[in-house]
Amino acid sequence: MNDETVLEAFFAACRGAGLAPGAADAAGLAPAITLRAAPSMWLELAVAARAAGLRWCAFWAQESESGLEAFSCLETKGTYLVLRTCLGLDESLPSIAPVYPAADRPERHARDLLGVQFHDQPDARRWTRHKAWSETAYPLRTRAERSADDGNTPADHDYPFIQAHGAGVVEIPVGPVHAGIIEPGHFRFQAIGETVLNLEERLGYVHKGIEKIAVGRDAFGLARLAGRVSGDCTVAHTWAACQAMERAAGIDVPARALWLRAVMAERERVANHLGDIGAICNDVGFAFAQYQLTRLREDWLRENRALFGHRLLMDRIIPGGVLADIPSDAAHVMRDRAVALVSEVAGIIAIIESSESLEDRLMSTGRLAPEIAAELGVVGYVGKAAGQEFDVRRDAPYAPYDNFNVRVSSFRAGDVAARAKVRANEIDSSLNLIAELLDTIPDGEHRVEWKIMDAPCEGLGFVESWRGEIVTYVRFAAGGRVARFYPRDPSWLMWPTLELLIQGNIVPDFPVCNKSVNGSYSGHDL
Amino acid sequence: MLQLLAKILRTGIITEPAPELHGGTIEHLGIEVRRVLDRRFNGSMAIRQVDAGSCNGCELEIHALNNAYYDIERFGIHFVASPRHADALLVTGPVSRHMEAALKRTYAACPNPKLVIAAGDCACNGGEFGVSYASCGAVENVIPVDIRISGCPPTPEQLLAGLLCGFQAADIVPGPGIR
Repeated sequence: MNDETVLEAFFAACRGAGLAPGAADAAGLAPAITLRAAPSMWLELAVAARAAGLRWCAFWAQESESGLEAFSCLETKGTYLVLRTCLGLDESLPSIAPVYPAADRPERHARDLLGVQFHDQPDARRWTRHKAWSETAYPLRTRAERSADDGNTPADHDYPFIQAHGAGVVEIPVGPVHAGIIEPGHFRFQAIGETVLNLEERLGYVHKGIEKIAVGRDAFGLARLAGRVSGDCTVAHTWAACQAMERAAGIDVPARALWLRAVMAERERVANHLGDIGAICNDVGFAFAQYQLTRLREDWLRENRALFGHRLLMDRIIPGGVLADIPSDAAHVMRDRAVALVSEVAGIIAIIESSESLEDRLMSTGRLAPEIAAELGVVGYVGKAAGQEFDVRRDAPYAPYDNFNVRVSSFRAGDVAARAKVRANEIDSSLNLIAELLDTIPDGEHRVEWKIMDAPCEGLGFVESWRGEIVTYVRFAAGGRVARFYPRDPSWLMWPTLELLIQGNIVPDFPVCNKSVNGSYSGHDL
Repeated sequence: MLQLLAKILRTGIITEPAPELHGGTIEHLGIEVRRVLDRRFNGSMAIRQVDAGSCNGCELEIHALNNAYYDIERFGIHFVASPRHADALLVTGPVSRHMEAALKRTYAACPNPKLVIAAGDCACNGGEFGVSYASCGAVENVIPVDIRISGCPPTPEQLLAGLLCGFQAADIVPGPGIR
């Protein structure tokens, strides 16, 4: 089935609504299909996409000759569709948040940073902007108004949180500095007794201007920056950025480099899942799992350093390939260790699963109904635990995953236990995948020379990180310098689910619910 | 339960004699530092970790200090939940301007001598992010820094060595209320 056929339901819905968007372009942002549309059609196209069952993935914007250009990325059955529209600086775009609720925060982010104006946006409040720049400064614009930095940025003390009134309702503010070794963010709870009535997240505390400081970098500088969008996702973000840059420049990466990238991506997945399962169990007082799994994680990171030269594998993926090859005897040792870890992890998971106290604390806690998960288009282990099976490696396979059968685990329970179980199953499938990758790794070069034409060009990257799907857009200006970088971390789709799945749970279960979702603050705040 | 106990027994104690450092071992250094901590901090150093804008890479490695291999508590160093319980702040990241006020308040809440340790390249010099409309850069641009540990991220060994050397060398002036 080709991409046009998959999108037929969408095109039929467009025709039914009397819409005539531009011709579909399969080349410009391949593998995605691109449609150019007038701003006036923006909402109707979203309605048609929704009617045709498309999942919404990402929204971003950039400056263009005529003013601004906005992008909306959607997906169905592994085919990506990108809608793009140009609008003048005085024009506004209809918000699609009423159709796709997950688009709400990305739209507010674009409003805060680039000054994209929306009409009928359900939430008029700022999102990424706190007090570091004024409402009209729009830092992502080329001629941004430079807000005065007197070294004294005030706290964001007057953000209008949702209020709850009534007998017995208490409000609990938490953060931005949390009681642990964890990233900063603010959570505002309204509770009745111990039960959470409502949770509102306030993020943006670790916004460090990644989209802005990307501008003007060369490809290698962008890869380094992408590796620091979210430290636990460094391999996946660097890969997504390199994929986008390589597509823009028309560079074919050697097969051996692709296999090595996949080995590193799977190693990153295993390391994070080991840590997370341990931390989830530890949050309900089961320290045994934490000690055992952090032990295995430490062994795993030491092996990363021995094989690749960095414990977290930062800066190992570079534009055009990977930084260094691995010797074949080291590959054999790595393969055997991955296979040995399968049974070691299985033994610990069996002990975890036989614990009644864990069962009592984790099952039915923090439940996300599959219908709500679908409504929010959530991906990764949060989606997979609630019936949303999408995995880029299997459903929109990029090299080298098109050569392998990626096992995807999914449940419908949507609770903390299911999110832990998806992780355990992914450890198992990733370890087997590492063995398969190393069994079939092709010989040859591990990198090609990075070359880019002088004309402006753009590309999209889609990578399944350990958290879920990453969508990355890169545009080069003439001369091969970055003009736009937008990495959409899966956390953008995960954070809104936490607000809903915590409702009706007790406040003391918030840490374990939060850990089971484990959204990235840095990847979201940019 | 038997399975669990059997696994613990089979795993045994894996805590390592700490690695070599400047000719001596960290463990040797640890003994020295214990003396400093015993004298000035009643035997324990309480650290409050503050992420002021990091990518989370440093946090992963700080977490690792608590795993069974490094077991940082054996040196009398432990992580606490409130700056009011802390002797030292361990700060990571370039300081984002959105975290500037929170970091200053955390610093104000920490009792003397409130040592500040900047961990990671971003905290030491702004790293990959530097100073921008959204970032103040290095931690020392916002609050005074006593100890610097570089690395992107610093490995657990680098963190451990940096902390131990730092506590030994830091000019700790006992504040009111500290013997």
